[in-house]
Amino acid sequence: MVSVKFKNDNLIVKIIGDFDLVIAKEFREKVDKLLMDRPVNNLILDATEISFIDSSGLGALLGRYKLIQQKGGRMSIFGVKPSVFRILELSGILKIIPIFTTESLALERKEA
Amino acid sequence: MDKNKENFVRLQFTSIPDNVALARVLISSLVAQGDITLTDLEEIKVAVSEAVSNSVIHGYQGQEDKLVTIEASISKGILKVLIEDQGVGIEDVEQAMSPAFSTDPERMGLGFVFMQSFMDDVQVISTLGKGTKVILEKNLIKENQACSHLAN
Repeated sequence: MVSVKFKNDNLIVKIIGDFDLVIAKEFREKVDKLLMDRPVNNLILDATEISFIDSSGLGALLGRYKLIQQKGGRMSIFGVKPSVFRILELSGILKIIPIFTTESLALERKEA
Repeated sequence: MDKNKENFVRLQFTSIPDNVALARVLISSLVAQGDITLTDLEEIKVAVSEAVSNSVIHGYQGQEDKLVTIEASISKGILKVLIEDQGVGIEDVEQAMSPAFSTDPERMGLGFVFMQSFMDDVQVISTLGKGTKVILEKNLIKENQACSHLAN
């Protein structure tokens, strides 16, 4: 499941469950439409409820990162579980997308 | 629990994306019957998810009325998983398995990289127009466990 909320020009997207090809498609469609419709400066992924991620999920993340970057915005992730963190780390995505522990830190973009 | 317990399962399902989760549940339930670390379990789930996703996305190119077969066995502590489709096949297996190769800009080309990183052995047998078989193998008994097993 993909749910979204706005805080000023921050778009916070929460994914619940397994971030595989099914959720990747929903995430991609939902976020792309919102980025088209509204001014978003900061795309934040709430990963607190992500229990699994594979390369489909990683690809969707990378695609949204490229999109927001083209629009001059930024992207970050918060609340990553250890098993998911490992996959993010192995993929090399952490070199380009910063991770925070909480939503408020992600909003401020401050290291914990 | 007997880690060497022989076991075999076979599941065939239609190539709808939601069934990739079904394959993960099957493999998790099978390997969780033995004594396995959470890291190993996660790695096996990712590898199987990648192989089945490949069948659905690339093998059948999104056609949802085709069949994917998964066979998994545990014998002498070795997990062997076969993922098979009768899809378009892979033209150049070596190229497909190289890091960052992807036919889709939205994907990272990490599918085979994860399979190779997380499993002890990955074999890909593919024929253009006929389909693809991926065989994943992993030793579920770690060295220290194997030693204690021998000592017993």
